[in-house]
Amino acid sequence: MSLLVLQDVGKEFGAIRALSHVNLTIKPGEVVGLMGDNGAGKSTLVKIIAGNFPPSHGRILFEDREVHFTKPVDARSVGIEVVYQDLALADNLTAAANVFLGREMRRKVGPFSFLDHAAMNRRTAELFRELKSETRPDDVVRAMSGGQRQAVAIARTRLAKAKLILMDEPTAAISVRQVAEVLDLIRRLKDAGIAVILISHRMPDVFAVCERVIVMRRGTKVADKPIDQSSPEEVTALITGAKEAA
Amino acid sequence: MSEFSPAAGTETNDFSNVGRTRWWRRGFFASQTAYVAAALIAIMIVMSFLSSAFLSSGNLANVAKNFSFVGIVTLGVTLVIVTGGIDLSVGSTMALSAITCAIVMQALSGTVFDGIPLAGMIVSLGAGLGVALLIGLANGFLIARVGLSPFVTTLGMLSIVRGLAYAVTEGRGQAPTGPDVDMFYNITDGNLAGIPVAVIYLLVLAAIMGVVLHHTAFGRHVFALGGNEKAAALTGIAVERVKIAVYVLSALSAGFAGILMVGWLGSAPANLATGYELTIIAAAVIGGANLNGGIGGPAGAVIGALLIEVIRNGLVLAGINAYWQIVLVGGIIILAVLVDRLRTLRMTS
Repeated sequence: MSLLVLQDVGKEFGAIRALSHVNLTIKPGEVVGLMGDNGAGKSTLVKIIAGNFPPSHGRILFEDREVHFTKPVDARSVGIEVVYQDLALADNLTAAANVFLGREMRRKVGPFSFLDHAAMNRRTAELFRELKSETRPDDVVRAMSGGQRQAVAIARTRLAKAKLILMDEPTAAISVRQVAEVLDLIRRLKDAGIAVILISHRMPDVFAVCERVIVMRRGTKVADKPIDQSSPEEVTALITGAKEAA
Repeated sequence: MSEFSPAAGTETNDFSNVGRTRWWRRGFFASQTAYVAAALIAIMIVMSFLSSAFLSSGNLANVAKNFSFVGIVTLGVTLVIVTGGIDLSVGSTMALSAITCAIVMQALSGTVFDGIPLAGMIVSLGAGLGVALLIGLANGFLIARVGLSPFVTTLGMLSIVRGLAYAVTEGRGQAPTGPDVDMFYNITDGNLAGIPVAVIYLLVLAAIMGVVLHHTAFGRHVFALGGNEKAAALTGIAVERVKIAVYVLSALSAGFAGILMVGWLGSAPANLATGYELTIIAAAVIGGANLNGGIGGPAGAVIGALLIEVIRNGLVLAGINAYWQIVLVGGIIILAVLVDRLRTLRMTS
């Protein structure tokens, strides 16, 4: 069974063709690197999968059923979560508050419903333990390291029981040790049977955790091959156009 | 959860690797609100030595009543500030609500409403708060739905509403009349166990606001909006609804305080609470609300409003020209944020 299938997907913005004839398949628990230069169509592709806008043509199948996303909530409801580059966290709230933001656990007291702080902290601590992240549920996000922030953003997706997680440049602008933490987090997700699409400019990261690499150039898919049959040199050549296709 | 098999390696729940700030450097104790509260207590102690009149029950009741009106509106405005917005229209809203309440009460006296106990008063209170509700809805709609800037929208509303207050009354003060007027004075300007009711309203509302902000999903969303509005929207929070709600609550707090002021003054002049919006925002900021959003609470609102009133009162008791009060309040606003700034600098360096 395939988790996500894109068939002949294309997208035009007015006269600009951002994406054309993209076919791709993601299997459950697969970690796939999505690479390409700026303007290659990566983010357009990701936004279509995440439900930010529908494709101009083509079909999307999730778990073998055709889906039509028009807003992010649609994609989330079938099990597709996005970890945004800026992580979309509220700095002034605690880790637990961010993990549960928009889906808080509540306790009914008469006609009122109050936040169940204890239960949310407990559940968040569990998620961090699973991710092997040293992050306290009741610490405020403002004071956290880049790796911890990633853990919070990823814990959010775990809470939602995501089947596919799109990660947009998770290792941009963080320290070496934190990059290692994030790559570990991705491995944890794979162990749990969750598919990950890793959008990255960083060749070493992609080659460290991905099983397959997809390369985009000028709105088309120019390569889609197992990582062990490729090399950073080949991928670089594909990205820049020095090599046409593989 | 069961789907994660604990992989080989050490469990990471001892946090040996991650430091934790000491208890007195986080939470309430590390907030600007706590610093200002300490300053407030110090000022009150100094003042009680300097002037024997300061701690007299008459003076304390006076201070308490004066600061309650500002304090109640500061609660509402603090909600708006926490979301990252601002509400400049509250002073005008206080006036128009007060005037509407008084005029409706006048109009109903002598009609069939006189026959039903309290009906006239309840309808006029409803009318006063109803006007505030409409102003809040208009602010909220223009800011949340249409996307106008909160500063410009509420600045416009300040002028519109103040103008309406003058136009409706033609500049004449409106006194509440009718069969329920004694009851009206009791619930707006009376005392309960020797404490002015306005103080009790303020404390009850502050307590409710504290619970709502920290223990309900709505309160959490208010903070989330101020922390990262985009993130809040992405997680599916109804951003527009929360925003409209805070502007409505802000306007309602202003309307309520305006009506209390009618009871205090015995009349609703068209220039009621002119310029209060700045005192109110100053009180919120002194109490620790951050105009960038995401930080603030009812304790800060109450403490900020009280500090301003205690200083005003102190200057009066000391026989210092009242104009110096304005200078001093400005200085305190800057000092309060300056101290907070120095403290955060020290903590991050």
